[in-house]
Amino acid sequence: MTSKRILITGLSTHWGGTLARALESDPSVETIIGVDRTPPKVELERTEFVQVADSHSLIRRIVEAAEIDTVVDTRLVVDSIVTTAQRAHENNVIGTMNVLAACSGVKKVVFKSSAHYYGCEQDDPAFFTESMRRPHAPRTRLEKSIVDAERSVEEFRHRNPDTAVTVLRFAHGIGPRLRTSVSELLGLPLVPMILGFDPRTQFIHEEDIANCLEHAVRHDLDGIYNCAGDGVLALSEVIGLLGKTPAPILSPWATGLSAALVRRAGLRSLSPELERLLRFGRGLDNRKLKATGFRYRYTTRETVIKLREHQRLAPLMRATGEGYRYERELEEFLRYSPSVRAANAAPELPRNVVPGGATVPEESKPRAKPAPASKPRRPRAVAASAPAPATPPPTPDYADLEAEEIIALLGELDATALAALRAHEAANAARPSVLDAIDGLLARSGAPA
Amino acid sequence: MADRTTLSSRKSEELVQTDLRELLPGVEPERQLDDWGRSERIEGAFDKTLIEFFYRLWFRCEVEGIENVPDEGGALVVSNHSGALPPDAAMIAKAIKEEHPRSRRLYLTVEHFFKGYPGFSMLLPKIGAVPAHPANVHRLLFDEQQLVLVFPEGRKGTEKLYKDRYRLRRFGRGGFVEAAMRAHVPIVPVAVVGAEEAQPIFAQVPLLQRLTGLIYFPITPTFPHFGPLGMLGYLPAKFKIRFLPPVRTDDMGDEPWEDQGLVQTVAHDIRATIQEELFDMLGERRSVWMG
Repeated sequence: MTSKRILITGLSTHWGGTLARALESDPSVETIIGVDRTPPKVELERTEFVQVADSHSLIRRIVEAAEIDTVVDTRLVVDSIVTTAQRAHENNVIGTMNVLAACSGVKKVVFKSSAHYYGCEQDDPAFFTESMRRPHAPRTRLEKSIVDAERSVEEFRHRNPDTAVTVLRFAHGIGPRLRTSVSELLGLPLVPMILGFDPRTQFIHEEDIANCLEHAVRHDLDGIYNCAGDGVLALSEVIGLLGKTPAPILSPWATGLSAALVRRAGLRSLSPELERLLRFGRGLDNRKLKATGFRYRYTTRETVIKLREHQRLAPLMRATGEGYRYERELEEFLRYSPSVRAANAAPELPRNVVPGGATVPEESKPRAKPAPASKPRRPRAVAASAPAPATPPPTPDYADLEAEEIIALLGELDATALAALRAHEAANAARPSVLDAIDGLLARSGAPA
Repeated sequence: MADRTTLSSRKSEELVQTDLRELLPGVEPERQLDDWGRSERIEGAFDKTLIEFFYRLWFRCEVEGIENVPDEGGALVVSNHSGALPPDAAMIAKAIKEEHPRSRRLYLTVEHFFKGYPGFSMLLPKIGAVPAHPANVHRLLFDEQQLVLVFPEGRKGTEKLYKDRYRLRRFGRGGFVEAAMRAHVPIVPVAVVGAEEAQPIFAQVPLLQRLTGLIYFPITPTFPHFGPLGMLGYLPAKFKIRFLPPVRTDDMGDEPWEDQGLVQTVAHDIRATIQEELFDMLGERRSVWMG
């Protein structure tokens, strides 16, 4: 495995966290750094977490400071209900641009994309292969942002022929820990359908999502790969497996109108993408990834059956309270304090128990690997993970940035940072366009405050 | 056009990689549908009732040359096409199921229109219809080694009026030949007599077509005055289905589909073969209703 120093964006997603944990157990991986907007949701042993803004504009500094060789970009928003359209666009288009700008020196980039790239159309093939382009322009804002993001990745691939770029296009992921528009829809007692349509659907289990990403990190797969469980099910089949009742309440004509009514009535998860999926469905040809040696753990049917088990257990499990909560001080203490004995700091092990002791009941969990005995400390990485000072020095190659690029990034800075940046710019290049832009922003942010 | 380039690039990928055919998803015996959405239960129900009735009693189908349908491997079955709601597809599928020693199942290709029309969209895939996308045909023929039925005349065939009966329309742009060549499977031409008289179309009404959103709006002996079910109002013409000797496509050299001239020639030959056979069968026919 060539990847030793790995950066994962989207660490707080389920797959981001699972991938980090899987890589932690591999001693050949020296460093794992995770970034996200929100703190991670799973307990991590040696992954370092850095909180960033929506547009991920400062990632470049992390990549350079930590000498990252592999960037796994899993932060793409692929579901409308996760966030607002505005933030989805910011994250998918601007964020991808910024992440890729940071990747120019790394050896490998793994980009998590979505089958929304292909869209759902009447004249679609029954199984999309990776070389097919979508036959029509994107229909929804989310699809457009994903297509734009993939275009940036393709441009990056052309400009950096030495970097292996893996694009993974995932089918709809479902599983106990994923909350998506599809899982919300399938969680209803009556599952809405469009009258007269029974689309073909394909899913991927949440564990397989993480496994696909791990496979892409461990192997050098240059190119685009579809990721979806084996088998394409008709929606009626899925509903039958879940033991629900199909409710063809959406009218076949003027579907947008009836969907708007349903959304109005409270079903917010009926996104425009889902509306098209309910009409035409989509299937992916997943054989290219399988040809690289990957095997899916669950077929689409098994994924649906797993979802059914979860749906039945969910009311019973709700009472057990919330799970892990990220606490910065604790995590930093466990990682860097000289008082901590590395072997005892591993998560999921009770304190004062030697890891590997066969008598520990928690050891039955396969994931709870003992920590590597000698955990190296990396002061350099510590520096990178410390909260970045909000004032300049601007990025080391600030001088290389074009005026327009700087202006594009200004939006993320707060008033103090802007003032400092203005001072720096005035002292050096003093480009009038940049100065004007900063002044304009300062004036705007100053007025309401 | 985009589909064509897609197929060729897909082809070159297959050459460098292992045979992707071995990586097709396995069959899950608990399922009643296959990945194309075909349902054994619903297909069986139709087959035992409606199609059985039409095949045995109403059209009294007579089948010749069934040995020309290969026992195994993919093959592209090519036929003439007619009727407002064409009965010929179902009868050819039934003929192969009943008469062929291996009783193979047949996938029918249909217009993309049906995937977008409520009702059809739900029902047609269940009984073995697949949208006529080149990638779909290739996967069925090459990867899954199935029998696929195409009507190269397409809707031009089903639109044509009674006065033009048994005159084959243009055979598309030869896309079906290209598909067979890429998949290295033979083409089995079929001539069907009887379907033209079973549902003669006297006129087309473009205005009603636009209002209903259908692909065409025909006037037949029973439609539209008997409502949507009038689409099933077939006259009891005698059906004759003749399977002709297969045309091999795997001995035409390397990548014959790149040679548009050859593709057109083969398409034209097949059209001429079916047309001649039709005139031959019509010449032998003494009565439309009794055969």
